[in-house]
Amino acid sequence: MTKKEKKVFLLTAVLCLFFAVPQKAQAMHIMEGYLPPKDCVLWFVLCIPFIAAGFMSLKKITAENKKALIILAMAGAFTFVLSSLKIPSVTGSSSHPTGTGFGAVIFGPWVMSIIGVIVLVFQALLLAHGGITTLGANTFSMAVAGPFVSYGVYKLCRKLKAGKFISVALAAGLGDLFTYCVTSFQLSLAYPSPNGGIFMSMIKFLAIFAVTQIPLAIIEGIITALALSAIEKISDLDFDNKGILKREA
Amino acid sequence: MNLSLKKVVICLFVCVIIAVFPLLTNHTSDFGGSDDAASNEISQIIGHEYEPWASPVFEPPGSETESLLFCLQAALGAGVFGFGLGVLYEKNKKSKKDTV
Repeated sequence: MTKKEKKVFLLTAVLCLFFAVPQKAQAMHIMEGYLPPKDCVLWFVLCIPFIAAGFMSLKKITAENKKALIILAMAGAFTFVLSSLKIPSVTGSSSHPTGTGFGAVIFGPWVMSIIGVIVLVFQALLLAHGGITTLGANTFSMAVAGPFVSYGVYKLCRKLKAGKFISVALAAGLGDLFTYCVTSFQLSLAYPSPNGGIFMSMIKFLAIFAVTQIPLAIIEGIITALALSAIEKISDLDFDNKGILKREA
Repeated sequence: MNLSLKKVVICLFVCVIIAVFPLLTNHTSDFGGSDDAASNEISQIIGHEYEPWASPVFEPPGSETESLLFCLQAALGAGVFGFGLGVLYEKNKKSKKDTV
């Protein structure tokens, strides 16, 4: 195989995986009407500063260079695709990856709050998946907490001189997993167990969400690393230290 | 991050194995969503059936329509992503030509 043929294969292989047919059946996100109004407001308010910072980050990224805009659109698309794939897990439940680690690694965590909200609104309005009343809570877990963990893990791994592939995979995987840990926390905060309180509930919800998510987090890690390496190979861009934004400027 | 073809294939293979493994080992489950499992848990904790206080704005009438919308979401995303890769590929080719 020539180098060019290899490139084509890599591209199609990644795309084929994206096209994998979504499983039917409901999956994660906290459902419409399932959080008490008090909690809904709390999580909405907590999201506001991140959304505001997200807008500023978005403005900065798009002002800096045009190539970044394309990759930003791709980060959004990546989140769209991954969050539509419901994958069966060992617990007998299905859930889906978040796809937010990809953008968080490239652009930093802030801008992902905007992308995450767009995906969540789409799913809440058209798919009855998640909800408008629970949008704040779901935004906080998927579009704020997850990306921040991804970004932190990536930076830490790189500082520890871990390979890029491993760093990206760990970042995306752990960000994914953490999203569902936050979801579990949000639910246990709203529904503390009568005997054992928040802590007992937390264990129960973690058993549902987090355990289901572990295999999916591994998949998300691998796919994210593959997608990033495909972009690097094709575009000759280097992702370290946001190099992608600076090199062209 | 230069991956050999072999590594890429192995990675994809691992992903497929992870996704297929539960289907082979767990024959009793219909792999419903983990949020349905969570709503059962909520009912157990509060001791009675939980009544959601809001309902979705629009709910797909059936699983077929729902899968249509999910497919649409995936297709849109994949399309944009593929387009982006194409643009980057061409830009890179062009800038290489310019520097030669």
